[in-house]
Amino acid sequence: MSQRPSDALLIWTLRTCAVTAGVIVVFIALFLVQESLPALRSVGLLRFFTDSSWHPAENLYNLTPMLLGTLFAMVGSVLIATPLGILSAIFVNYYAPPKIAQSYRGVLGLLAGIPSVVYGFWGLVVLVPLIGELEPPGPSLLAGILILSIMILPTIALVADSSIGSVPKEYMTSAASLGLSRWTAIRRIILPSAKSGLFTGTILETGRAIGETMAVLMVCGNVVQIPKSLFEPVRTLTANIALEMAYALGDHRSALFVSGLLLMLIIVCLILAAEWISRGRIYA
Amino acid sequence: MREALKLKGIRMRNSKRERWPKVVVWSAAILISTVFFLILSSIVWHGIGQISWEFITAAPENAGRAGGIGPILVSTGLILGVAIAVALPIGLGTAILLSEFTPRESIFGTMVRRSLDILAGVPSIVFGLFGFVLFSNILGLGFSILSGGLTLACMVLPILIRSTEEGFRSATEEYRISAASVGLSKTTTIFRILLPAAAPGLSVGLILGVGRAIAETAALLYTSGYVDRMPTSLLDSGRALSIHIFDLSMNVAGGNEKAYASALVLVSILVVINIVSFYISNNWLRRRITII
Repeated sequence: MSQRPSDALLIWTLRTCAVTAGVIVVFIALFLVQESLPALRSVGLLRFFTDSSWHPAENLYNLTPMLLGTLFAMVGSVLIATPLGILSAIFVNYYAPPKIAQSYRGVLGLLAGIPSVVYGFWGLVVLVPLIGELEPPGPSLLAGILILSIMILPTIALVADSSIGSVPKEYMTSAASLGLSRWTAIRRIILPSAKSGLFTGTILETGRAIGETMAVLMVCGNVVQIPKSLFEPVRTLTANIALEMAYALGDHRSALFVSGLLLMLIIVCLILAAEWISRGRIYA
Repeated sequence: MREALKLKGIRMRNSKRERWPKVVVWSAAILISTVFFLILSSIVWHGIGQISWEFITAAPENAGRAGGIGPILVSTGLILGVAIAVALPIGLGTAILLSEFTPRESIFGTMVRRSLDILAGVPSIVFGLFGFVLFSNILGLGFSILSGGLTLACMVLPILIRSTEEGFRSATEEYRISAASVGLSKTTTIFRILLPAAAPGLSVGLILGVGRAIAETAALLYTSGYVDRMPTSLLDSGRALSIHIFDLSMNVAGGNEKAYASALVLVSILVVINIVSFYISNNWLRRRITII
């Protein structure tokens, strides 16, 4: 096909669009670094872990309680959501009658679409009082873990569903002809073949759990402390940014950008790992 | 029991050990569905009684404890409008370039795709920080609908591009070959032949993008702000529906009732969005596109 002037114009317009879309992530990283620099210079990276507490007004910037809060909430919710998500993918592929499987997938789609603020609100008015009756105060790490589990479940369930669904049907027929029971076939043949998809799903849900803000902000109680039990309130990195950005100035504001940068770095690593495992087809 | 052992025509060996896995798998599915119905029914139960034409149109009073959500719906619509008006042309352009002009293995295409994959995973509060610095401070837009809309535009680009690209790829190769053989230019081919064929993918992308944007809260906290008055221009601060729910439940004592009603409105919009996109992708697309 010959190049026409209109085509050349079109291609350049399209390239401009693609470059714009592509550089947003670079811009985000650049601005985070730029805004973090003042704190990194005057406070230094080390003090974010060695200071005695998080009291920005007194020039104390220990981020460890928030980092641990994020970590505990993430680990707890991933431990709950991953087995449930994989079981739910097995359910739709091998146990549910077709009609039920279809409506169940619809339910998962809707769960994925419910806004985090609605989950947070439900957690606040239903879950937190329940936990409070069990063991006061109520807003706690446990509440955060439970809400996060519900929120990240659709991610792992949908990714696991598509990766189990792409295992060739012949595997199951051959397993049947060998006289294997269904569960043995699933455990020994289907799950190992879908392994990379399941890993990708787990990594993606981990990313969601770390980055989630509103729901944990609403149910975790937001006390800056290292929790001694599941029933104590915690504050996560994301909640810390959302809570303090409104009035933070100077080094304090810059320290919040440091935690944003930290979040961004964790997410980039997770996504690159997911891409590496699934060879660039993470959303396929 | 016999029905349960049949699987899409495959008959598996009957075994006593089969019973427990079956119970576990079914209970997981029932647990998940139950939680879903609990959440949904508690919002519908508490919210439905307050939904009225007046609630939808009236202004909030007494910090939202009374009155309605009229101005908040207007602000939400304007924020969405800005986000889509900015993201649609950029997203469409990128998707056309990626699917029609860039070989899968090219370095440029890989870089753009990888950067979009990362963008899709960036936490919303980080988008909020970015929008706060770039749009509110550096570009001087302050806390405004424009600045919130631009932040959301960056957020919805990945999902918009991915499903539009999918739409273009699902247009068969014959379209391109026949168009070339009758001497159409690439530009004409794309806008007259491929774009209509890719319309389902584009609309699914748009719908999912709107869904993601309307559900967003954290990115708007420090970009579009809290002001619940009726906005008079795009440079006014406007409170989105999701922020309204957050504010009512966290900062306003006695705001829970109206928060339920607002949550019901938000969830209903999202359910409609979800059903429409499910319908379009099941009927017109080869592959389902899901938000992850």
